[in-house]
Amino acid sequence: MTPLDTDIAHLLAGSMVLVSFLLLYQDRMFALLNIFAVHAWVLAFSVAWQAHLQQAPHLFITALIALVFKGVFIPVALHRIVVRLGIHRSIESVVSVGPTMLFGMALVALSIVVMLPVTEAAGAFVREDLAFALSIVLLGLLMMVTRRNAVGQVIGFMSLENGLVLAATGARGMPLVVEISVAFSVLIAFIIIGIFLFRIRERFDSVDVRALDMSRGESP
Amino acid sequence: MIRGWHTQLAQIVLVLLLAPLLSGVTRKIKSRLLRRRGTSVFQPYRDLLKLIRKEAVVAENSSWLFRTAPYIVFATTWLAAALVPTFATGLTFSAAADVIVIVALLGTARFFLALAGLDVGTSFGGIGSSREMMFASLAEPAMLLVVFTVALFAGSTQLSSISAHMTGPGVGLNISLALALIALIIVSIAENARVPVDNPATHLELTMVHEAMILEYSGRHLAVIEAAASMKLLLYVSLIACIFTPWGTTVAGSGAVAYAIGLGSYLLKLAAFGFMLVVFETAIAKMRVFRVPEFLSVALMLGLLGVILLFISRVPQ
Amino acid sequence: MTPFLLNQLAACGIGLLLLLAALGVPVSRLSSGSRLIYGSCALVCSGLAAVALYALLVPGSGTAAVELPIGLPLGRTLLALDPLSAAFAIIVNLATAIVSIFAIGYGRHAAEPQRVVPFYPAFVGAMNIVLLAQDAFSFLAGWEFMSLASWALVVSEDRSAGNLKAGLVYLIMATGGAMTLLLAFGILAGPEGAYSFDTMRQTAAAGPAAIVLALALIGAGSKAGLVPLHAWLPLAHPAAPSHASALMSGVMTKVAVYGFIRIVFDLAGPPSWWWSIPVLIVAGITALLGVLHALMEHDLKRLLAYHTVENIGIIFIGLGLALAFEAGGLPVAAALALIAAIFHVFNHSLFKSLLFLGAGAVLNATGERDMERLGGLIHRMPVTAFAFLVGCIAISALPPFNGFVSEWLTFQAILLSPQLPQWIPRLLVPAIGATLACSAALAAACFVKAFGSTFLGRARAAAANTAVETDRWSLGAMLLLAALCLGAGILPGFAIDSLAGVSESLVGAQLAAQSSQPWLRIAPIDPVRSAYNGMLVFAMIVAAAVLTAIVVRRFASHGLRRSPAWDCGFPEASPVAQYSSSSFAQPIRRVFGSVVFRAREHVTMPKPGDTGLARLQLELHDIAWDALYDPVIRFVNVAADRLNAFQFLTIRKYLMLVFAALVLLLVIIGAWR
Repeated sequence: MTPLDTDIAHLLAGSMVLVSFLLLYQDRMFALLNIFAVHAWVLAFSVAWQAHLQQAPHLFITALIALVFKGVFIPVALHRIVVRLGIHRSIESVVSVGPTMLFGMALVALSIVVMLPVTEAAGAFVREDLAFALSIVLLGLLMMVTRRNAVGQVIGFMSLENGLVLAATGARGMPLVVEISVAFSVLIAFIIIGIFLFRIRERFDSVDVRALDMSRGESP
Repeated sequence: MIRGWHTQLAQIVLVLLLAPLLSGVTRKIKSRLLRRRGTSVFQPYRDLLKLIRKEAVVAENSSWLFRTAPYIVFATTWLAAALVPTFATGLTFSAAADVIVIVALLGTARFFLALAGLDVGTSFGGIGSSREMMFASLAEPAMLLVVFTVALFAGSTQLSSISAHMTGPGVGLNISLALALIALIIVSIAENARVPVDNPATHLELTMVHEAMILEYSGRHLAVIEAAASMKLLLYVSLIACIFTPWGTTVAGSGAVAYAIGLGSYLLKLAAFGFMLVVFETAIAKMRVFRVPEFLSVALMLGLLGVILLFISRVPQ
Repeated sequence: MTPFLLNQLAACGIGLLLLLAALGVPVSRLSSGSRLIYGSCALVCSGLAAVALYALLVPGSGTAAVELPIGLPLGRTLLALDPLSAAFAIIVNLATAIVSIFAIGYGRHAAEPQRVVPFYPAFVGAMNIVLLAQDAFSFLAGWEFMSLASWALVVSEDRSAGNLKAGLVYLIMATGGAMTLLLAFGILAGPEGAYSFDTMRQTAAAGPAAIVLALALIGAGSKAGLVPLHAWLPLAHPAAPSHASALMSGVMTKVAVYGFIRIVFDLAGPPSWWWSIPVLIVAGITALLGVLHALMEHDLKRLLAYHTVENIGIIFIGLGLALAFEAGGLPVAAALALIAAIFHVFNHSLFKSLLFLGAGAVLNATGERDMERLGGLIHRMPVTAFAFLVGCIAISALPPFNGFVSEWLTFQAILLSPQLPQWIPRLLVPAIGATLACSAALAAACFVKAFGSTFLGRARAAAANTAVETDRWSLGAMLLLAALCLGAGILPGFAIDSLAGVSESLVGAQLAAQSSQPWLRIAPIDPVRSAYNGMLVFAMIVAAAVLTAIVVRRFASHGLRRSPAWDCGFPEASPVAQYSSSSFAQPIRRVFGSVVFRAREHVTMPKPGDTGLARLQLELHDIAWDALYDPVIRFVNVAADRLNAFQFLTIRKYLMLVFAALVLLLVIIGAWR
């Protein structure tokens, strides 16, 4: 690998962290969906670049899956759902943006502190790839925790999953079978959650997850 | 040493002469993009001459601070602009002031301008000063975080050393530098009172920030302040060019050809960045005042993220 | 001069100060008695500063301690000027000497000089005892004496209920702080109870060093004003007469910093790598919260007191960095951070004293501390305004003044953080750098507000319209401090070089000699890496400004016309409609306020058609006060109420209590065996 090759891989993986922060920052529904599409696209490019570097053609399929399903299909579908259900266009957060972003920074720092010392033996690229991936996973979790809206939580979950794919490709490529199964599981999760949304809509007239809490008898 | 002095002197004069031209060029391009013919690119020079020839009208209860502040603002901005390498690095004053000093010098200029806005005791002056300091309270740390990123990357806070490091081997595409660049662009837009933070051409009082602060100035005082403002724009563009596109810049003491190349590439960079700035400005609408802190805190976050991610790829010097 | 003689002189100086305190009681009733005392204080303090400077510059000259045959039965009082003591003695005595000059003029206006004058020299003497002490006993005795004398100054002028409460809170904090320091020394002294510092350094501590760190952080931090122990500062510092406020805020907090350095860097032995983490986090929060609270204040002296909290944060950032570097095996970087911190201590003592003196002059001239009722004083008090402006620029860390240099040095130390061996401090330090940058920018906003609403604009109340310039002594003192601020800003190399002995003795390294740098510039690590030349920057600013002014004069129109303010054609007639200090801070409050202060705005609008006034009420909270102080205060009140019953018992019951205590003790001893 030439320095330029690693630089491009580094830049793509780093951009994913940046896009994760954009997801965390964004409080409007459609912009959020668009940014999630960008997240998936960057992932696709990153995986494709890995495929090129590692001479592993099966990773191209992974990249294609990311591009088509997560980069196009899911955002479009969610977009339709939002329009059809008339979901409120701004997403409420539990915590305001500033502290969330600061906490996100701390999480990135934490993943660096955790990852870099334990991967001393691995190559430089694998190390930074794993650190980036862990940050993306943690940021996805943070997003799921801080968003009240079900759509926001779905996006958080899927960005988390993107982080897992990034980790898998960085660590010497994952078998294609696993990859497809992961993609399908996400798709299924998405379908289930989609149906779930319709259910919530029928019964509670909202996609705010606080409505679920109330049905359990908890106060909001 | 002597060459260093010559280059430094040339740079001091160059920024002074070039600054209004940059403003003129950006105004011209903006007009063209809006399908207007626009004024000549030399209009800012004419404006300055016109202002200088007019009598200065000063409010009755203004103090000595009001009349000295323009000169202090101009002097500190000029000095800061002269410290950023434009066409040649290795300037004599590089050893006297690093990029943190440049940021702080701009802070001194802002401090006096904000005081001048409060001096007469009018509400527009107050509103301008207050908002300017609020923007600065986010823009300045963002700027310093950009400085941190670049300085940790290059192992120096001196612009000449940074510029040399950036052209050297071992510098590739780096996510931290990309983040720092975006953050620096945001800070530049805010600090130079450009759209979407402030509108340099507005005449609607409530939307003004920088203009509101200098509302009471006229005549020669206004001319000096306007000159300082255009120099600040030049400074930020030069700073971006010096750190992120250091190609073609020569080193003080090399031959005439190298100087010509350095000067030519510098002018080219100025034109390119000016053009990009204007395209961005035309494409976007001005923000509400209280959206600006969010815009600036993005820069702050990007700067911090840049510093943190710096540790992933390599341990900096 | 032999070392013995040097310390002897310093001890004599302290003795003279205590004598002055005793003399102050009868003399202060005379008409010019206060001038005599303050004048003598100024002389004695300059003498002490000179002695300390000699001790600092001539290595080894102040190390042999003077033994005084007073103190605990076991030991004697040891006084000496080792490099650290000498450095702080210069800082304290230089500022005190100038403040005393101010007091010569200022003290004439005091209503009851006998309540202030005797305590002033006692306070100064006590601070010197703390600095020179080389054993724990005299350190603590001086510390307590310092607290008591300053408490007397706090409650001297204003005996309103609020002020007495301020005094009470201060007293409680001071006793608590001294208690924790006592415990810290107890642990350091080891099982043999070695109370002189020399033996403490050699004997192993009786407990884990981490506890010493925590106790020092609480004990010294409560005196210095670290968050969350800062809440007494903005109550107590402004309550004292202004020259005493200047000493408390500008100087006494520095004695607390000295206590922290002495215990943690000198006595506690080599630091562990994680020590820096609590220090840095607390310091970063302190810096940010201090300046945000200062921004919200509209009482000039309270604003300054809150701002001291910010500067203490900056100083402790430097100290935390020094701890991190020392533990990480980077002595030169540790020396840089330590010198940055101590240089900031010096600078802060200058400009904070200057600002408090300026506030005192304003208070004297107008009788107002509330900035919402001031304004336009630059016309009526031009020299005070000029000196105050210099202080504002210096404290906002703007070049070419001194505040900038010490922050620049701190930034240089922060940029060395990647060399640290551990990951957590390596990532924490840049984040602390971000808070430092943020607080520096907010400080500029804070002092634009302070200067703008006090001295600029139009007078908001009649008192500000009839103010007259203060006396010559006060002006002289302020201008002297302003000159020192500039001097330390453009010639920082001398200060850095003279602190070499301190860093050598504490972290075992020193920076390269700055005097060898060309053109008076400073380059702490390597000129290629970073350098700053304050002299050149100052000269260039002046030259450029003068050149521009000359060119404009030569070529521009000379016409100048005075006319009413333009203000877009609608100038308001009433000065009350000006931008006030609260409105100036409002945008920043909106950005940070909801999180930091839990700010609430209540707007009460009259009904449509009703011509009554609308009201805007603003509620701000100091989180530390709500979370920490209020519960403690409630507990103390409840406990005091309960214990009150003990005052009204019969003799038989008192005897029973004593008897019960005796039996209990015997039982415990029995069980112990």
